[in-house]
Amino acid sequence: MNIAVCMKQTPDTEAQIKIATDGKQIESSGVKWVINPYDEFAIEEALRLTEKHGGEVTLISLGPASTEKTIREGLAMGAHKAIRIEAPANPSDPQVVGAALAEVLKEGNYDVILFGKQAIDDDHAQVPAIVATRLGIPAVSVVVKLEITDGNGTALREIEGGHEKVRFPLPAVISAQRGLNEPRYRSLKGIMAAKKKPIDVRQVNLETDQLTVVKLNYPPEKQPGRIVGEGPEAVPELVRLLHEEAKVI
Amino acid sequence: MATILVVSEIRNGQLKKVNFETYTAARQLAEQLNGNVVALLMGDQVTGIQNIPGKYGIARVVLVEDTRLAQYSADAYAAVAAEVARQVQADFVWMPATAMGKDLMPRIATLLQTTTAQDVVQFRVEDGTVVYTRPMFAGKVLADIAIASTPQTATLRPKAFPIEEKAVDASVETLQVSIPEPKAVVEEITTSGGGKLDVTEADIVVSGGRGMKGPENWHLLEELAELLGGATGASRAVVDAGWRPHGEQVGQTGKTVSPTLYIAVGISGAIQHLAGMLSSKYIVAINKDPDAPIFKVADYGIVGDALEILPKFIEEVKKMKAEG
Repeated sequence: MNIAVCMKQTPDTEAQIKIATDGKQIESSGVKWVINPYDEFAIEEALRLTEKHGGEVTLISLGPASTEKTIREGLAMGAHKAIRIEAPANPSDPQVVGAALAEVLKEGNYDVILFGKQAIDDDHAQVPAIVATRLGIPAVSVVVKLEITDGNGTALREIEGGHEKVRFPLPAVISAQRGLNEPRYRSLKGIMAAKKKPIDVRQVNLETDQLTVVKLNYPPEKQPGRIVGEGPEAVPELVRLLHEEAKVI
Repeated sequence: MATILVVSEIRNGQLKKVNFETYTAARQLAEQLNGNVVALLMGDQVTGIQNIPGKYGIARVVLVEDTRLAQYSADAYAAVAAEVARQVQADFVWMPATAMGKDLMPRIATLLQTTTAQDVVQFRVEDGTVVYTRPMFAGKVLADIAIASTPQTATLRPKAFPIEEKAVDASVETLQVSIPEPKAVVEEITTSGGGKLDVTEADIVVSGGRGMKGPENWHLLEELAELLGGATGASRAVVDAGWRPHGEQVGQTGKTVSPTLYIAVGISGAIQHLAGMLSSKYIVAINKDPDAPIFKVADYGIVGDALEILPKFIEEVKKMKAEG
């Protein structure tokens, strides 16, 4: 089985996000960079599929050379090789990312292409669907359970109040939701082996961003609230406030 | 004159309430641009609901009916919506940012060679162009963005826009559109917890964390939620511990909710949890630690043991309801 996992380097979820002086991007100094948490579920699922069906896992990532450190973490989990598509920065337009990934994925003849459901920096949640549409193959997003058999797959997709069970032919794109699996830790052996695994660098013509950031703002400061009291004795006053002041119950 | 096409989400032959938020927002944009709104209803039987968009100021309704559209299929729905967008010459294509909307709109945009503002919480018209505001970094930043390509496509975050009724006479037409055979097919839909209200759709969320001490105490939250007509949510810690299903998790790696009232019980308020509920209109915190970060964002708080406070909360809400 030939499996691709598209992964991205993102700031750690604990990171304090500061808007840069130009107001259009965030300060990158002092940020701890990690594999986008949702991509870890994708990498883990790919590894499980190749452990079960044989084959190889190729990581594909768009970014500058500084992101190779994070790509190596994916290789340390057990992926066999990687392709880095050269890009000076993270494009603001997910269509540009999708077009670049699709161009490289087209050549790979992959049976399954896995993504995390969204990147925790821009939160677009678009690239998997964009790539599938450009490749003319089916995609199932926000997947919490995946089964692949001969040339076919079924996936359980999270929707409001429940799940859709979706059946699809291969090749297909899957975007992973938390709960799909438990990603494995990188062993020392895996980290050492990753140093020797190839990261192929590819150049593509990046399209022009049609979606651009005009300005970044912090969300409005929440007004300080108040502690109504301590213990069950404070409940009647809380209920009164919610009913008469906030008027929400 | 600008044309805004709203793609409606239909489940079980019904228009979900969230569509009315997008209808209202689209109508308001049309007023600012001297434009008009078209609502697309697609499915296997949509004539029964064709009169509903007119209640929200939508003067033109377009129907596409086919058995192949009975269940959601991203590739079939995207092809239909893109074709309708071309036929009505849409300048904007909008949809609610539900699970379906966020999955579908990027595909529609790809087919129309344009791009999408996903999960928009605000928009404004500046010098004749639309500026969309959408959260990034789990809501730690709000990004004002612009789209240069046409049509501009966007999904609107549920509960971020109000619903306003404005009855108009709507014209209804059926469009003939070629429909591809769906590649990915929905075989069945399962509802979790016997059709309980989903945490992203509720106006009131009662959410529990480790301060609830164990899954056996959850009936207290469920009873309170039921009395208030809300849904139950959970912190990551209790989902990881296996006390509650992942579908209830609120937070950066769970669901983002914007209810009118969010009651956080025994939840400390880690950054990742706040990311999922900070846009709630009112936040109530119940925690026995007065230094818990949740109190910094709560409008009202009670310091104390959740298991002692919840029974009293239930009792007081019952009293309030009885008094009318």
